Amino acid sequence: MTKMTLAKALNAGLRKAMEDDPKVLLMGEDVGKLGGVFRITDGLQKDFGEDRVIDSPLAESGIIGTAVGMAMRGYRPVCEIQFDGFVYPAYDQIVSQVAKLHFRTHGAVKMPMVIRIPYGGGIGAVEHHSESPEAQFAHTPGLKVVTCSNPIDGYWMIQQAIASDDPIVFLEPKRQYHADKADIDETAVPVPLFSSRIARPGADLTLLAYGPTVKTCLKVAEAAAGEGRSVEVVDLRTLSPLDLEPVYDSVRRTGRAIVVHEAHTNLGMGSEIAARITERCFYSLQAPVLRVGGFDTPYPPSRLEEEYLPDLDRVLDAVDRSLEF
Amino acid sequence: MSLLGPTAQGGPEFIQLLTPEGQRVEHPDYAFDAGGRDEAEVVRGFYRDMVLTRRIDTESTALQRHGELGIWTQLLGQEAAQIGCGRALLPQDFVFPTYREHGVAYCRGLDPLRILSLFRGVDQGAWDPNEHNFGNYTIVIGAQTLHATGYAMGVQRDGLVGTGDPDRDTSVVAFFGDGASSQGDVNEAFIFAASYNAPVVFFCQNNQWAISEPIERQSRIPLYQRARGFGFPGVRVDGNDVLAVHAVTQAALQYTRDGNGPMLVEAYTYRMGAHTTTDDPTRYRMSEELEYWKLKDPISRVKVYLTRNGLADHAFFDSVELEADELGVRLREGCKSMPEQHPLAIFDQVYVDQTPELAEQRDTFAAYLASFEGAH
Ligand SMILES: Cc1ncc(C[n+]2csc(CCOP(=O)(O)OP(=O)(O)O)c2C)c(N)n1
Repeated sequence: MTKMTLAKALNAGLRKAMEDDPKVLLMGEDVGKLGGVFRITDGLQKDFGEDRVIDSPLAESGIIGTAVGMAMRGYRPVCEIQFDGFVYPAYDQIVSQVAKLHFRTHGAVKMPMVIRIPYGGGIGAVEHHSESPEAQFAHTPGLKVVTCSNPIDGYWMIQQAIASDDPIVFLEPKRQYHADKADIDETAVPVPLFSSRIARPGADLTLLAYGPTVKTCLKVAEAAAGEGRSVEVVDLRTLSPLDLEPVYDSVRRTGRAIVVHEAHTNLGMGSEIAARITERCFYSLQAPVLRVGGFDTPYPPSRLEEEYLPDLDRVLDAVDRSLEF
Repeated sequence: MSLLGPTAQGGPEFIQLLTPEGQRVEHPDYAFDAGGRDEAEVVRGFYRDMVLTRRIDTESTALQRHGELGIWTQLLGQEAAQIGCGRALLPQDFVFPTYREHGVAYCRGLDPLRILSLFRGVDQGAWDPNEHNFGNYTIVIGAQTLHATGYAMGVQRDGLVGTGDPDRDTSVVAFFGDGASSQGDVNEAFIFAASYNAPVVFFCQNNQWAISEPIERQSRIPLYQRARGFGFPGVRVDGNDVLAVHAVTQAALQYTRDGNGPMLVEAYTYRMGAHTTTDDPTRYRMSEELEYWKLKDPISRVKVYLTRNGLADHAFFDSVELEADELGVRLREGCKSMPEQHPLAIFDQVYVDQTPELAEQRDTFAAYLASFEGAH
């Protein structure tokens, strides 16, 4: 049992994966000596050497493109994109190459690659450092997309993602990196990677969250409980594929669902989830599925981000609207 | 190769007009041109520019430490590269900066408070680029080099290259760092500019570091030599020597304005501060290296030169100091009293022609915000 932050848990998970499999490599900008700008790879170059923890030249397309070649040569590259907004120079490699190679070779080529991206806002950063690009990747067949919300998931999910033979975009809520600590039992058996999880049971309404908004929604549930409302919170964990059976069960019980994410609301994950819930739980619904998300503007300057991000009040407001529908 | 060996010296093709010891030297190809003014007066002007630029930087660093800015990109050590280049520009020239060109911005007449508002998080650097022919700060590294190239292609099509009229011929400067030189965008910009013979000066401040990665990670050859492979000339200048940077940039600007196509200037300098105020360079570089570069400080060599040659007296240095203090006060006060944007403003900045759905989102949010009024 070790108490760790998400940052430390990810670091420990990466270390474990590298110990377990000599083919695992880390690549990215500043991941070596510096240990990454968030220190997620701290100490790994010192212990595993420069051949396994690779400080790359400053070119994201180069990182992902060379990782494709490494994967073809039997390695398991784990690529770090320094911030969400800097993944786009690599977007072509990710959507046109990484995502398609298995398909177009009828399975002859596997892409066991993990693309780690710190994402989400709330850290007072400048432009391009607070974005939530998950839907862009979830929309791309051939990629899988997962996101952790807490240290325990961080520790296990990164190892499971590295062990997967499919390419995985692994989103890390950067605001949570150093926020909370949790006890991690390294001998436990983790839940499967592509599964959602009920983070807090409830009876009146279901909140669907992932990554940074799980914590927000747990607070909402706490606040709602004070007003006599029982709110269930589901941590989706996997965005592609979605694991919605537990969600359908939940919504059939509560009759109400709200999806909460930081990404733009228009065509965000919430749109897909709302559609599927409507298709599968139509007769159980007592209110339309609501979405609370970032507005459909570019991410704002940091002094306006509190208003932009779904917070306790905005989610509570949606809870009221759903319950009063 | 030792870090303090040939690399730090800049190599044989290093253009210098003022040594770190404040010794004025000549170069066969690049002469300092005071533009018909008294040379001492011009050098005093550069000194003042560099001191004020450094003050903008140190004051902003302090403001960040006091929580008034979210982050600050320090330029400490790069004053000569920026002032030498900035002062070589003609009014019609156009600049595409990175996120660190505070000294160039100052030369172009942009109020530093416009920059502080970006780092304070009030806006994202919302100045009109046409106001001072100074583009918007670009954080995605390298992207602006393509913008500069396209802008220069526009200048060409406007017939403002190679006319021989010094008031009309125009050049475009693309700033970028040694790290950014690895980006596809920068390499594509080189190719486009060469292919179309566009009037672009690619101005690379090689400050030796890209966050924690040393220049050796980006290039095995001196960066200026890359230009040759793309089919245009490149030069390396002592980026801590304001006279040499001025002379070389002036020549490069004229070369491009005359219609000879692009040129690369590598200003060989050093990032004396951290990458940004959130960075901790002690994790990846030796303090000896910084001590070594302090001996090459861009400002002190000019001060030594002016003093030793009797070109400036105490009164001059004191007046510059006083001016810097006043600037510091103005920045502190201006930063703290900067007006905030209303949260609803962002909805009106997305499109030229507002969409009905975004207008509706704005109105819904306005009603939501209004529901709190008087609640607390
Ligand atoms: C496309 C992209 N990737 C990563 C980053 C994060 N980042 C910001 S500055 C920087 C280093 C840039 O180094 P260099 O080009 O040498 O310029 P310097 O900061 O030293 O002036 C990095 C990696 C970014 N801004 N854009």
